[in-house]
Amino acid sequence: MASDKASVLRLNNITKRFGTLVANDAISFSLNRGEVIALLGENGAGKTTLMNILFGQYTADEGTVEVFGKTLPPGNSRAALEAGVGMVHQHFTLADNLTVQENITLGTGSLTSFSLRRSNARARIEALSEQFHLKVAPDARVGSLSVGERQRVEILKALYRDVKILILDEPTAVLTPQEAEDLFATLRQAIANGLSVIFISHKLHEVMAIAQRVVVLRHGKLVGGVDTDTSTKEKLAAMMMGAEAEPPEVSTAHAGEALMTLETVSTPDIGSAPGLKSVSMSLRAGQIIGLAGVSGNGQAALADIVGGMRAPTNGKIVLNGSPVPSWTPRDAVNAGIARIPEDRHKTGTIADFDLTENAILERYASDPFSTKGWLDWTRARRFANEIIDKYDVRCPGADTPIRLLSGGNMQKLILGRVLEADPQIILANQPVRGLDIGAVHYVHGQLLEARDRGAAVLLISEDLDEIMALSDYIHVIADGRLSPAFERGQMTPAELGLWMSGKGEVRHAS
Amino acid sequence: MEILDIFLTASFWAAAIRIASPLIFATLGELICERAGVLNLGIEGIMVAGAFAGWMAVYAGAGLWIGVAVAMVVGMLFGLLHSVLTVPFGLSQHVVGLGVTLLATSSTYYAYRLALPEVTTPPKIIAFQPYEIPLLADIPLLGPALFAQTPFTYLAFVLAAAVAWMLYRTPVGLALRAAGENPSAVAAQGLSVTAIRMGAVIFGSGLMAMGGAFLTMSAFDSFFFEMVNGRGWICIALVVFGSWRPGKAVFGAILFAAFDALQIRVQQTGFGAEIPYQIFLMMPYILSILALVAMSRRAQVPAALMVPFNKGER
Repeated sequence: MASDKASVLRLNNITKRFGTLVANDAISFSLNRGEVIALLGENGAGKTTLMNILFGQYTADEGTVEVFGKTLPPGNSRAALEAGVGMVHQHFTLADNLTVQENITLGTGSLTSFSLRRSNARARIEALSEQFHLKVAPDARVGSLSVGERQRVEILKALYRDVKILILDEPTAVLTPQEAEDLFATLRQAIANGLSVIFISHKLHEVMAIAQRVVVLRHGKLVGGVDTDTSTKEKLAAMMMGAEAEPPEVSTAHAGEALMTLETVSTPDIGSAPGLKSVSMSLRAGQIIGLAGVSGNGQAALADIVGGMRAPTNGKIVLNGSPVPSWTPRDAVNAGIARIPEDRHKTGTIADFDLTENAILERYASDPFSTKGWLDWTRARRFANEIIDKYDVRCPGADTPIRLLSGGNMQKLILGRVLEADPQIILANQPVRGLDIGAVHYVHGQLLEARDRGAAVLLISEDLDEIMALSDYIHVIADGRLSPAFERGQMTPAELGLWMSGKGEVRHAS
Repeated sequence: MEILDIFLTASFWAAAIRIASPLIFATLGELICERAGVLNLGIEGIMVAGAFAGWMAVYAGAGLWIGVAVAMVVGMLFGLLHSVLTVPFGLSQHVVGLGVTLLATSSTYYAYRLALPEVTTPPKIIAFQPYEIPLLADIPLLGPALFAQTPFTYLAFVLAAAVAWMLYRTPVGLALRAAGENPSAVAAQGLSVTAIRMGAVIFGSGLMAMGGAFLTMSAFDSFFFEMVNGRGWICIALVVFGSWRPGKAVFGAILFAAFDALQIRVQQTGFGAEIPYQIFLMMPYILSILALVAMSRRAQVPAALMVPFNKGER
């Protein structure tokens, strides 16, 4: 069936190395007209690298890219665009200071022209957004748009150039389920018009929904291709990781005494994000407390309080039975609180520091990493190498700047840093955001193990399934107010949803 | 009420416009560089080089406009040096900029001594002369202030309009603004960030040198050491003051120049005689700092200013 369709794109033996790391190892496959191929693989498997080579942003060390039978010159995005290849990057490539229309038309005409021919461009953008149901205001500044709207602008950018082959790098990672559904509707329409798509995603149900064929990468190698009709989500997960994907077993907890207690803690609102409103809760040894809620309902404020980033304006923090006299990040670290921050790039790591430096970020000034005011680099490096081995951080070495690591590997380093400090209390804020299934299971397993060793874990997540699977008790946060603690299995997702929308109290009272 | 009277004299406004002209050239040059994402601290030295090159060319027998062109080309050469180091090589823009300023300043003095080894007083040239624009120059107050300037001044204002048009109305201006905000957006549309940024720095440096040339070829008629006297640094502040917009930056240049023209005149009033003149010399700078503080709160800094872009790096 695929043979009667013309192949529009062919990758021949693409190899790319970063230092000693082989990101792509002799990868070949082809894409047919009107076909959707899903490119599947764990973080760091080389998917994005491969697509950046195809789009001319990286130059391959070996191999060629053929589009409509012609070989593309390597490392030339302009040639790729002119041949009809478009790419929507995982991190949007939009200029915030420009309008939607300016972003779309950027670089589409001759640079030496004296005018921008705005009215023609505008008519075309309006026609395209009408045809593909991509609602955006052409004169809106991109900086003021929501994430979903930016995604639409990225798609319009490609459609405006009339691309024949579209690469989508994790397009749904930042979208709500409804926005993702709209995106798929648009894509199906464009595919019916002859567009061919390469779709990168971690979400297997999306892959099954939109792709005809799946190509799986593992450690930079192509390990197989299957049609979605003849496969299942479980089989795909197994191909990705080289083994059947098993979520970690959840055993019952043996809770100990309260390690940290918040007593009627309040914090001021920050901008549109609500602060905490008289929140009381206990974190007990050997227990995972899940915090469910819609994003922006006070999770950040609570994480800041527990992690020592902010002190309460009202109420008390009680550690091991006695109220804390002062509460700073340093106090929190000294009290044995380990933090997996929500944003690993912004607050979890320092991009240009190497793995060793990042591994000791929280404890550089104390034993064993410094003695009498001198850093002990030998110990620090040994520690970093231990984390790399034990937590399977894939990297060229401990002296690599951490920005060169994929998100999953960065998260593993943070996890190692957290767990190796032998913490009493673990603050896990969105610990698996953006990770593939293998890494998700791994992180969850590690959190459960830490709990069984007697640590108290506060798990903050917007993913209700994750919260319900791991937590011994669940609190719901809505507009800075905390629900009572619900025991595992006490509430259905629908009931928790009611609390998340802020209506739980009413029902509870009646 | 002597001070208020100053504002009603045409000569005060004429002086303000004249003092503003070199600032307008150099500020526009810096603005173009920064809008593309490159801070050009070579501005001070490039103005010195431009001041010397234009004047020297005319002294050696070239026409006035040829002198302006020579200054621009010299500025562009220093811009080329700056951009090669900061754009493809991605070196620190602070270090390179200060280096270019030192190199341009000292090589200018060296060239001066080579060309005029035994001179104690620098020779004069016949500089640009005021040209009264027919009809417009007859308007009371405004006429003598705005329309009896030298052609070099008129060029400053024409250029300001042209730069604004270029930035906001042409594809190349669009690409330039995008390069300073998110170079990845430019690369993803198949354009060369390197070419755009280098072009912006080279062209912008040319304008800076014209600003310098204005001092020796229109404001005065000779070249002195220390002539530029920190005007380059003022222009960097004016770009911030103008929130990286050409119109506002020109307004800022005129405002600063007006303060400068004002302080000279206030010194000569009865009130001014009682106060040490150094206070008046400080006035434009103090008022500029206050204005900068007030204006820059809402300034729209190009997001990728001073961030080198390396294709193929993650």
